[in-house]
Amino acid sequence: MKARVFVTLKPGVLDPQGKAIHHALEGLGFAGIAGVRAGKLIELDLAEETQDAEIEAMCTRLLANTVIENFRIERA
Amino acid sequence: MRSAVLVFPGSNCDRDLAVAIRAVTGRAPEMVWHRDSELPQGTGLVAIPGGFSYGDYLRSGAMAARSPIMRAVIAAADRGVAVLGVCNGFQVLTEAGLLPGALMRNAGLSFVCRTVGLRVETGQSMFTSAYREGEDIALPVAHHDGNFQADAETLDRIEGEGRVALRYTGAVNGSARGIAGLLNDKGNVFGLMPHPERAIEDAHGNRDGRRLFEGLLEAVG
Repeated sequence: MKARVFVTLKPGVLDPQGKAIHHALEGLGFAGIAGVRAGKLIELDLAEETQDAEIEAMCTRLLANTVIENFRIERA
Repeated sequence: MRSAVLVFPGSNCDRDLAVAIRAVTGRAPEMVWHRDSELPQGTGLVAIPGGFSYGDYLRSGAMAARSPIMRAVIAAADRGVAVLGVCNGFQVLTEAGLLPGALMRNAGLSFVCRTVGLRVETGQSMFTSAYREGEDIALPVAHHDGNFQADAETLDRIEGEGRVALRYTGAVNGSARGIAGLLNDKGNVFGLMPHPERAIEDAHGNRDGRRLFEGLLEAVG
């Protein structure tokens, strides 16, 4: 079973990386970009019987720093 | 003073820290590998060095904070043992939950490597007792992820409790309220982005870092 974990910065947390990407896109001539936020995608290859609670624990204990980041789990 | 310097794969200031501790205290620290699960008997100071532990994978300090030795460090901190985290060590301490907040990518996105001005905001800690409160000092910084952030409530609380021990006197990395060094609630854990171990001898350019270790020696004995 595969699960994908999306880790994103919480709203309001300054994202210097997203800002730099934004500027670079504008530098390439793309217009109309209101904002860019960068995050991470982590793909997990898991045993079939893995419970949701266990994946959530992986996120809170390591994959995301919940001081500054949110996470979303998508089971394939 | 019996001390221990942690060594992770990717640490690169571990030797500098050991040399500084030995120069000031007269006793070389034990170098403790990240896979060890216990600190040496009688350790009075644990020092977590700068560097790029585990290649900064996932987040700076994230992997190191979950390594076997950190379980022993967290237990030691609970017992009141002094824990000092410099640069990557500060990142490890926040990731381990021993200090609040998080250290994010510098606001200017650049790696900052220079000597910066700092104000000692409190002399009431075992790490800063050898400085005068309100004293301006200078220490080198060298980091990419030194931008300290926490929610407003946490910032108000740590300020109110006098736990912001060091503050940048100018713009360095975008840190909330210019926070450069932070104490835990009991005052026995201190994380800072500047490198006191690189300002010990006249040959370093200044000796402002020396008193941090002198204060610790006095407090820990």
